[in-house]
Amino acid sequence: MLHVVNAELRKLRRPTLLYSTILVVVVLTGLFTSIVFLRVGSGRGEGRRGEAITIETLSQAQGLAFGFKLVAFFLGITALCVFASQTAQEYSLGTLRNLLVRQPARMKILAGKYVSMTIFAIALVLADAIVAVAVSYALAGHAKVSTAAWFTASALAIFGKTFINVLLATMAYGTLGMILGLLFRSPISAIATGVIWTLILENILSAVVSSTTKWLPGQNFTNISQGGSPEISYHWSLIISVIYLTGAFAVVAILFKRRDVAN
Amino acid sequence: MTTAISVQDLTKVYGDRSALSHATFDVPLGAVCGFVGPNGSGKTTTIRMLLGLITPTGGTGSVLGESISHPERYLSRVGAMIEGPAFYPALSGAENLRVLASLGGFPQERVEKLLEKVGLEDRGQSKFKTYSLGMKQRLGIAAALLPEPRLLVLDEPTNGLDPSGIQEVRNLIKDLVADGTSVFVSSHLLSELEMIAEHIVMLREGKVLFSGQTSDLLKSQSAILVAKPEFAVDLSEFVSLLAKAGFEATLDDGAANVVADEHLAATINRLAFEAGITLSALTPIRPTLEETFFEMTGE
Repeated sequence: MLHVVNAELRKLRRPTLLYSTILVVVVLTGLFTSIVFLRVGSGRGEGRRGEAITIETLSQAQGLAFGFKLVAFFLGITALCVFASQTAQEYSLGTLRNLLVRQPARMKILAGKYVSMTIFAIALVLADAIVAVAVSYALAGHAKVSTAAWFTASALAIFGKTFINVLLATMAYGTLGMILGLLFRSPISAIATGVIWTLILENILSAVVSSTTKWLPGQNFTNISQGGSPEISYHWSLIISVIYLTGAFAVVAILFKRRDVAN
Repeated sequence: MTTAISVQDLTKVYGDRSALSHATFDVPLGAVCGFVGPNGSGKTTTIRMLLGLITPTGGTGSVLGESISHPERYLSRVGAMIEGPAFYPALSGAENLRVLASLGGFPQERVEKLLEKVGLEDRGQSKFKTYSLGMKQRLGIAAALLPEPRLLVLDEPTNGLDPSGIQEVRNLIKDLVADGTSVFVSSHLLSELEMIAEHIVMLREGKVLFSGQTSDLLKSQSAILVAKPEFAVDLSEFVSLLAKAGFEATLDDGAANVVADEHLAATINRLAFEAGITLSALTPIRPTLEETFFEMTGE
């Protein structure tokens, strides 16, 4: 499987994909973190869904990770697009037949792809974390936010936990992208379906029928990145996400293993 | 093991359409075997089954002595280019080869050598999307050669190549066979195949029409002797003479096309001489592979 991971990383590290994706992450993280610190205490709701963020909130131990986890949803959408396109393009470009001639064990191809994209996702989350910390620290003085509690042991523990949660959420979105890529075998269809569902339909459904929120995959993925919410617990989101993704991945893995490669 | 490829009753059915029906043929080791048939006759389906990309509906087969139900046992010794070259457009030619070399666990040093071998050493660092069709084809051949294959499966390798490129591919195949590689090549350029393929497998509508030595296939077709009298006025008399002697002959451009094998040339010459007709030419013509193909497939 290491051969597959090496081959996939060669594709993922091509400058146009790697640098442009990192650039998007850096810009979004920088933008969102800046907005939080520049508008802190304005009372007009800088957080998610009108949540007000105060100087006191940001001055606490969790202040360091605030900007970082704010971008988790966009990281997830980015991962969804990358995973979906990298999987589906093998069908649309006809390159899958080359891969399968060189590595006929199809499950090894799938596992190798997943591992390499996980490494890519870790790079994205790391970039997010570094930029968020740097921008937060740089703007803390201007926003009159105290950083004294940011580098304590408990702050670093919170930051580590947030890093894992954001990574899990990003991987969940990415896995959804890979599932859609294997199902639709077309990057455009897979990305469009994934983005429209998670970005638009789920939010409309959640707003109109709030009881559906706890059952919607995207809402649960994002909830994982936030470490849970008063409405949906962290553990519920984790369990329901694992059930959804494991079930769906098993189905597409069987399809991938058995389907004729005729294009 | 005496065969590179051997299939028995190989069948592939899609719904109610049969793409390949009970195909049985052998491809000998260390030889070039041409795989011919009209579009949609089942060539690519067969190749895909041999490479483990498609599961057969029925029948059995082996490649390099291993069953086609276990492609992992032989694919490391097989190079293949199926239905044209497919690569990542945003990667360079060299990087595309490196991806496949990494995947197969082949040494990366082979990439530069292969680019040189197929004449892409100057364009190896250019993105694949900037390649001409001929260059893409060359890269496909380089990718097929990555594993230093014992069996090379090529589907239309000369598509998009100019005459010198076609000649290079022909020479490359000859060199590989000289080194002991078996080559199974599908092509619509039958004149090219006739030059290099000792064996032929011919398909039509998913069925094997012929499988065996190319020379046997060509011999099975009626030969023609073109006999040209010195003086045109003798032509009609000569044709009557041939008919009386039991030969089937037709007039064509001042000559008589006689359906007869080469060994009957002396008999025909004697017939003409005894009637006082001098022949200025008596040429045996064997049907080409292309003519045989059209004859057999009814295309």
